[in-house]
Amino acid sequence: MADLAIQRQDAMNELQPPLVLGEHTTYHDISKQVSEIVEAPVYKTPLKWYIAVAITGGITLMMVAMFTYLVATGIGVWGNNRPVGWAWDITNFVFWIGIGHAGTLISAILFLFRQRWRTAINRSAEAMTIFAVMCAGLFPLFHTGRPWRAYWLFPIPNTDLNMWQNFRSPLIWDVFAVSTYFTVSALFWFVGLVPDLATLRDRAWAAGHKAKQYIFGSLSLGWRGSARHWQHYEMAYLILAGLSTPLVLSVHTIVSFDFATSVLPGWHTTIFPPYFVAGAIFSGFACVLTLLVIARWVCNLENIITIKHLENMNKIILATGTIVGYAYATEFFIAWYSGNLYERFAFVNRAFGPYWWAYWTMITCNVISPQFFWVKRFRTSVPLMFVLSLVVNVGMWFERFVIIVTSLHRDFLPSSWGYFQPTWVDICTFIGTIGFFLFLFLLFARFLPMIAMAEVKHVLHTQHDMEAHGGRAVNP
Amino acid sequence: MSELLEKAGLLKPHSVYGVMGTFDEPDDLVEAGKKVRAEGYTKLDAMMPFPIHHVNEALGIRRSHLGWIVVCIGLTGTAAALLLQWYTGAGPVDLLPGWTGLGAYPLVIGGKPTFDFTFAMPVTFELTVLFSAFAAFFGLWALNGLPRMYHPSMNYSQSHRATDDKFVLVVEADDPMFDARKTADLLKSLGARDVEVVEG
Repeated sequence: MADLAIQRQDAMNELQPPLVLGEHTTYHDISKQVSEIVEAPVYKTPLKWYIAVAITGGITLMMVAMFTYLVATGIGVWGNNRPVGWAWDITNFVFWIGIGHAGTLISAILFLFRQRWRTAINRSAEAMTIFAVMCAGLFPLFHTGRPWRAYWLFPIPNTDLNMWQNFRSPLIWDVFAVSTYFTVSALFWFVGLVPDLATLRDRAWAAGHKAKQYIFGSLSLGWRGSARHWQHYEMAYLILAGLSTPLVLSVHTIVSFDFATSVLPGWHTTIFPPYFVAGAIFSGFACVLTLLVIARWVCNLENIITIKHLENMNKIILATGTIVGYAYATEFFIAWYSGNLYERFAFVNRAFGPYWWAYWTMITCNVISPQFFWVKRFRTSVPLMFVLSLVVNVGMWFERFVIIVTSLHRDFLPSSWGYFQPTWVDICTFIGTIGFFLFLFLLFARFLPMIAMAEVKHVLHTQHDMEAHGGRAVNP
Repeated sequence: MSELLEKAGLLKPHSVYGVMGTFDEPDDLVEAGKKVRAEGYTKLDAMMPFPIHHVNEALGIRRSHLGWIVVCIGLTGTAAALLLQWYTGAGPVDLLPGWTGLGAYPLVIGGKPTFDFTFAMPVTFELTVLFSAFAAFFGLWALNGLPRMYHPSMNYSQSHRATDDKFVLVVEADDPMFDARKTADLLKSLGARDVEVVEG
């Protein structure tokens, strides 16, 4: 009889592996394991963290230097010139915005679909969203050439200018979309953090740490876990998730409008909104994967961020990567089927023109490399998925480069045809934002709870419940 | 100091917040909550590290009406966005200094009209979402009476465990049935541990 029960449990684990590993994990274990990363005294922070912060901090300073140089000298320090007026800056902007999309997808859309595996990864994915959008915002800001005039982008009543924004332009839609996206992501992230900050506050009180108690006490706003508060909290969380879901789809849709509403062959296509959104989720999940594989290894979080979580992310990468591949094929088909000569030229030129190397890098990284994830052994191999996640991100950067630069470098007038080459400032600025992004993520991982403790405890509670009743419900 | 405050009527002598007791498992809290409510208590609350849905039914906590606040403010955002885009493109000139509408000096760009719902849609959508998110965020804290520096429940010796792994049941002192000793005995009989009469 007992044997049968064990066999049944094994079979269930095989079909639906538990989301929190460890047979006797308690709620307190979760608080302890996650909080201790934040609470560790300065001298106990691993040396590798300091080295990583020093390197990424140095790269961040390089980014600051590059932007200073640009402002002091002029936008000409970048390689943008006629006919390629948008180049690395807008490529990087779209790249970073896209990275951010995975965070919102995990925190909002998977929440609405009741995908409970999201709880282990949503906090760090949301942090990643916020940092990525910060990096993204820098590029159009400095591309204006006069960033101190950035307030001209917002409809502020003014007497010095006596002008308003042109709301018929997709570029102004972008301003609204990106700033709304950043604000809502930050609010959502903070709402999720409050109960965990309260846990940290109470642990600091129990340990007698005055300073930490004040810091976490102020940040947690006096949260005490009252049932009435949770009632409003869950409603607010549901509403924010419900708002973020169409928001995240709208942001990359509007980013794609920057291209799609123009009259340029290669940009003027109706497939852009869904194709951009799928690509954004694809690149974002790859980036979450890169960061989490490192974080779970450095912080020993293998029991909370399990192989099952990583495998699920790989499945999404496979699905969205295949959608992206389908979009590439559709573009080509329509370029031929439409019978439009300019459209056909733009696409043939993309694949076999001077930028053929960028196009085929994109195809290899984005369409071919995720196909490995059809095989379960590859999906669950941590080193392989780490490498592939990096490959996917390289591919997605190239996708934006291909769309922007190959469409621009062959103008309608052959005499203005050109070939874009980045300058050292272009390259150093982009590397600088990567450093800035990682720098912020390292600070987050050290000073804030990387795992949503309250949510993981909830999952653990459901898991205990189901084990007690001898099985697992499909949708508890 | 406290005597002076008491005389001035600013501090009630030995005011009591309520009786609090701790449970190890959420289900025990729910069971105890149901029984306490069956006894006729109405001013009940719980403190817990994560939300447990049956607690609301057990303690008679009503569904949050935050949604209505969000809908109203969200629609305000919709209206504000449409008004903004209509006024700046086609509105009357000089409503206020600095608020010059372009109605008398329409700029034709790309042959598009000065105002139309089609091109107004993206910004309208974004501002609706932005206003709604602010409403949900600030509404949440307003309805919860947060931020606050102090709450009487902090005087309970186990309150710091309620954000960790314990589930606390609260019977507040302004309940008409409240009697410090009887209520404390009731909680003990239901299996609560660390039952205390907490000062407010």
